[in-house]
Amino acid sequence: MMLSKGLKQKREEEEEGKEALAVDTWWLDPGHPAVAYAPPAVASRSLFDLSVLKLHHSLRQSEPDLQHLVLVVNTLQRIQACMAPTAALPPMPSLPTAPGIADNLLASSDASLSASMASLLEDLSHIEGLSQAPQPLVDEGPPGHPTGGAAPILGALDLLGPATECLLVDGLEGLFEDTDTMYDSELWAPASEGHKSSPEDGPGKEEAPELDEAELDYLMDVLVGTQALERPPGPGC
Amino acid sequence: MAGAGGGGCPAGGNDLQWCFSQVKGAVDEDVAEADVISTVEFSHSGDLLATGDKGGRVVIFQREQENKSRPHSRGEYNVYSTFQSHEPEFDYLKSLEIEEKINKIRWLPQQGAARFLLSTNDKTIKLWKISERDKRAEGYNLKDEDGRLRDPLRITALRVPILKPMDLMVEASPRRVFANAHTYHINSISVNSDHETYLSADDLRINLWHLEITDRSFNIVDIKPANMEELTEVITAAEFHPHQCNVLVYSSSKGTIRLCDMRSSALCDRHSKFFEEPEDPSSRSFFSEIISSVSDVKFSHSGRYMMTRDYLSVKVWDLNMESRPVETHQVHEYLRSKLCSLYENDCIFDKFECCWNGSDRQHLARCWGRLSFPPCGAAGRGDIHAHAGAVRTAE
Repeated sequence: MMLSKGLKQKREEEEEGKEALAVDTWWLDPGHPAVAYAPPAVASRSLFDLSVLKLHHSLRQSEPDLQHLVLVVNTLQRIQACMAPTAALPPMPSLPTAPGIADNLLASSDASLSASMASLLEDLSHIEGLSQAPQPLVDEGPPGHPTGGAAPILGALDLLGPATECLLVDGLEGLFEDTDTMYDSELWAPASEGHKSSPEDGPGKEEAPELDEAELDYLMDVLVGTQALERPPGPGC
Repeated sequence: MAGAGGGGCPAGGNDLQWCFSQVKGAVDEDVAEADVISTVEFSHSGDLLATGDKGGRVVIFQREQENKSRPHSRGEYNVYSTFQSHEPEFDYLKSLEIEEKINKIRWLPQQGAARFLLSTNDKTIKLWKISERDKRAEGYNLKDEDGRLRDPLRITALRVPILKPMDLMVEASPRRVFANAHTYHINSISVNSDHETYLSADDLRINLWHLEITDRSFNIVDIKPANMEELTEVITAAEFHPHQCNVLVYSSSKGTIRLCDMRSSALCDRHSKFFEEPEDPSSRSFFSEIISSVSDVKFSHSGRYMMTRDYLSVKVWDLNMESRPVETHQVHEYLRSKLCSLYENDCIFDKFECCWNGSDRQHLARCWGRLSFPPCGAAGRGDIHAHAGAVRTAE
């Protein structure tokens, strides 16, 4: 069974699929009145919105490109750092005073931005429900290996929601889901510095692995479920 | 296969004149996704050119003998061998597809009649043997001419098989498979000067392999932070020194290059040298870090210099000076005013390569649809642009 997503297709077909990611680029038009007379804060916020969308798109990938993700996050931090000292907008009278300047920008955002954020929150909640596996508790995992599986998505929600503090300082918590957790359980922990065997060498180690029962159950469900999909149809089918 | 080709015609003196030589594959826009070339690599002698594509295939071209009637033109490259290197795989544990796209190809130094190369996708490296067969043996004792086994009890006399010529057949056979050592996507492989080991690098780690051992590797660089939330930088490329088997360099997404000496410690998390050019405050923008990300790093053949490619420029570094490059060549400076658009359509994240020619006097930088090859060290020539697809020099 061909599991490849690299089926032969014309390049124009793939480019058509990318149209869904197109965003309004009015801020790139120098003739647009908003661009011609827009203060730097507006341009920063537009780039901020674009970067958030890129981050969202990247997180929705089954296996995000780590370099792309890191660069987008770093760019977001740069934009946010630039927005914070320059955004001297007074808070809206109808909204509670927020300690961070970025919160003022968010509080005064227009309806479209609020709608896009709500949509992102909803999408990320959906992703959390689909992709999250039962993760071992932090104190049961091997030291130095973050295992907060639920935290990455929740951290991203904090990033996109109305933050009470500086937007990206705490919001990046768990943004980079530790893809090592699957292989860096105690079963495959490296024996010594400078010599890290392949995961297949795990069973030969002296230390007995102690996987969380919930994690074992999940793994069994995945394996059984996969085998059930691959099992050829019986004679009666 | 997407078009690829190119050549050069050395003129007299120090000037190098480039002329278009040939194109391999489709020249129109109607190209299947799987046929898109993802990597190219000349052999050390230049007589073979290996290409890898998104469909996991490797196509090797061989240069024909030079035509004496045209002494100034190189021999043409024709298909020598084609084989399926990698197949798509599925990681059942993570429920992820592993693409068959060939990320990198590296030739091993030739030590016999057969050729060896390493090819890698995101997760698995393979060692391939490419050998020629132009003779076949006839007159076996235990099987007849049709290949059917003969009854040993009916053999009354023995004969010595003889070799007869046959049409040239090129065989590619997998010799080693190096798997299950990379959690993240492999972006580089580099054969060591000891001809026994090689490195493979992904976004966060670099592993050292022995060519004869497939079930284990040594981790020599690990930049993964204890808390992933502290991750701000990834490895983008890595290469061994051409002569010093204990020295390697790796570049990062922050525009830095670290040189490591494996003699200092088993885990080379502490670099021996750190190369970084200070950011120009006048050109600082939101995209400064993205365009400073180094996409490729290559040692010169002499080992004295190294070349890095970032989004807009090629830099030549002297290994004895870490503070700044000795040369900087702008490849497409006109794009600097368009960074916002390039960020919007993700083209700002494209990765380009670079390479030296055989004499280290020229280097080649790959960019969209064209080549840029400013003379290394020459004064007053400026950039020379040509429209071609070649990304390697063969000398």
